[in-house]
Amino acid sequence: MQHWIVAPIVLPALIGPLIVLTMRHDATLQRIAGIASMVALVGITLALLVAASGGDIESYELGSWPAPFGIVLVLDRLSALMVTLTALLGLIVLAYASATGWDQRGRNFHALFQFQMMGLFGAMLTGDIFNLFVFFEILLIASYGLMTHGGGRMRLRGGVQYVIFNLAGSTLFLFALGTLYAVFGSLNMADLAERALILPDGDAALVRVTAALLVLVFVLKGALLPLHFWLPNTYALAPAPVAALFAVMTKVGAYAVIRVYTLIFPDTLAAMDGLISDVLLPAALITLAVGMIGVLGGGTLARVVSFAAIGSMGTLFLAVSTFSETGIAAALYYLVHSTLAGAALFLIVDQVRARRGNSALRVQAPMSGGGLVSALFFVAAIAAAGMPPLSGFLGKLLVLDAVRDQSWWVWAWGFVLGTSLLAVVGFARAGSALFWKPHDTMTPTADDFRIAPGATSGVGLGVIGVLLALIVALAVFAAPATRYAQSTAAQLFHPVSYIHAVMGTPEQRAAREAAEAAARAAHDAAHGLGDDAPDDGAVPQTAPPSEGH
Amino acid sequence: MELLVALTIGVMTAAGVYLLLRLRTFPVVLGLSMLSYAVNVFIFASGRLVVGAPPVLGAGATMTDPLPQALVLTAIVISFGMTALVVILALGSYLNAGTDMIDIEKPGEQPETGH
Repeated sequence: MQHWIVAPIVLPALIGPLIVLTMRHDATLQRIAGIASMVALVGITLALLVAASGGDIESYELGSWPAPFGIVLVLDRLSALMVTLTALLGLIVLAYASATGWDQRGRNFHALFQFQMMGLFGAMLTGDIFNLFVFFEILLIASYGLMTHGGGRMRLRGGVQYVIFNLAGSTLFLFALGTLYAVFGSLNMADLAERALILPDGDAALVRVTAALLVLVFVLKGALLPLHFWLPNTYALAPAPVAALFAVMTKVGAYAVIRVYTLIFPDTLAAMDGLISDVLLPAALITLAVGMIGVLGGGTLARVVSFAAIGSMGTLFLAVSTFSETGIAAALYYLVHSTLAGAALFLIVDQVRARRGNSALRVQAPMSGGGLVSALFFVAAIAAAGMPPLSGFLGKLLVLDAVRDQSWWVWAWGFVLGTSLLAVVGFARAGSALFWKPHDTMTPTADDFRIAPGATSGVGLGVIGVLLALIVALAVFAAPATRYAQSTAAQLFHPVSYIHAVMGTPEQRAAREAAEAAARAAHDAAHGLGDDAPDDGAVPQTAPPSEGH
Repeated sequence: MELLVALTIGVMTAAGVYLLLRLRTFPVVLGLSMLSYAVNVFIFASGRLVVGAPPVLGAGATMTDPLPQALVLTAIVISFGMTALVVILALGSYLNAGTDMIDIEKPGEQPETGH
C-alpha cells in the first residue's frame, strides 16, 4: 500500500487545477472530471480502509525524509475511517450538486470542491501537527469559496462572518503551535507523544497551556459551545450541497481532538490531570441542550437543521470527553451516523427551498411533489433525532452505555434523553408546518416562485435516497461497524504502535544510529586524519539515505 | 531583548483583539492583520532569541533554530493570502448589501438561490 496513502491528497490536487485550466467553459466536462475523481477517491479510500482494518499502522515519509525531520502521512484505522467517510460523502454531494445544477450557479465549483477534498484528506492523514494547520487552511480556503458560491446578499454577509471567525481561529492555532514548538522542540505527532513523557516537571504549566489552546482551536471547528456562533448562519446561508459537505467539516474538529488528546496529551500524562475532559464534558452537555432547543425554535428548516448539527456535535463530544475505549468507540459510530444524517437533512432543505422558495416554518401553499420530500424528511428526522430503528438510536445507545460507569452519568443520561425529546418535538413541528398544514388551508396562496431548472430533478431525490440507504445500512450492519469502531478505539489507546510505526521500533532506531556512527567514522577516516583544515568538531549531520522507498 | 519582544507581541495582540471586536469590517480586517503580525513574531521567538548567529548547524559557535523561520514563512504566506481574500469578500459584501456591519440583523432571512 506504500504510495497509495498519498493518493487521496495528490489526485484532487491535480484534478482541481486541471479543471480550472482546461475545462473552465464546459460544464459537462467539469462534471465528468469531478465525479470521476470522486469515484476514484472512493475506490482508493476503500482500499486504504481494507488495508488499515488489519491493524497495521503505515507511515509514509514524504520525500523519504526520515521522521521526525520530514513530514509523514500516517494511515491507521481512525484516519482510514475518516477518509472513507469523507470520500463517500463527497461523491454523494457532488452528484447532487451536478444533478440539481447547483454547480453552475457560480464559477469554479468543481475545482474548489477538489481542493476542499484535498484539504480534508490531508488533515486526516497527516502525522505532523504543523502540516495539520496547513491542511486546515487549505480546506478553509476552499470552503470560503464554496460557502459564497452562487453569491447573493445574505450569503456574502454570512461568508464574511464565517471567514473572520475562522481567521481568528487560525491565528489561535498558530499561537498554540508556537507554544508547542517552544516547549517540545518538535512538530511530529509521534515524536511529540514520546517527548511529552520525558518533559521536566517545570514545563507542566506550559504543556497545559498548549493543550488548552489546541483544544480551543479544534472545538471551534467542531462548533462546541461557546464557540458555535459561526455555525447556524454559515450552514443556513451556504448553498445546500455545500452545507451538506460541511457536515464533515465539524467532524474534522472532533477527529483532531480524538487524535491529539489520545496520542500527545492523554489523560494519563501527569501534567494533564484530566484538564481536557473536565472542560469538554460541561461544554458538550450545554451544546447538546442549546442545539436541541434551537431545533425547537429555529424559525426556518435550514436553521432547525443547523441547530441539529450543533446538538449532534454535543453528543459526539460527550462521548469523546470520557476518553475511554468504549467512549471513543461510541463517538466514532455516532460520528459516521451524524455526518450522514446531517448531510441528508441539508439536501432535503434544498429540495424544500426549490419547491416553495424558502424553508420558513409558516403555512404556505402545498409544494409540488411534497409527498416524496416529506417521506425523505421523515426518515432523515428519525435518524437525526435518534429514534429507533435507525442508526441514530444505536449511536445514542452506545454513547449512553459508554458513560454509564462515570460518576456524572446521571447528568449525561438526563441531557441526552431530555434533548432527544426536544429534537423529536422540534422535527415533528417543522415537518407538520411544512408538509401537513398546507393541505388544511382552504385557500392556497398563489405560488409565484419560479423553480430553478433541474433543481427538483429526480436524480437529486435519488441521491438523497442513497444517503438515507447508507444510514439504514449503518443500522443493519451495526455489528461490524461497532466492531471496527472498537478496534479503532483500542488502537488509539495503544499509542506505542503509532509511535513505533512513525519513528521505528527501538531495534530499528538502534540499527539506524549504529549505521550513522559507522558512516561518520568512515567519513573521519577518509578526510579527518592528517588534515590541517580546522575541524570545529561538529560534523554536519546529514541524514543517511533511507532505504526502500 | 526578551522584554521588548514580549511587549511587542503583547501590545500587537491586544490591539488586534480590540479591533477584532469592532462592528464594521474594516477595523476587523486590520485587527486580523495585527494578530497575524503578532503571531509571526511569536513563532519566531519560539525557537529562542539568538542574535547574530547563522541558522546552520556547525557553521559557528552558536546557531539559531532554522525551523521557526520556515514556519513563519508559511504562516506569512497564508495570512497574506487570507487578508487579501477577506478584503475582497468584505468589499463584495459591502457593495452587495450596502452595509459593512458584520452582524446580520435578521438571520431568518433566506439567501437568494443564485442565478
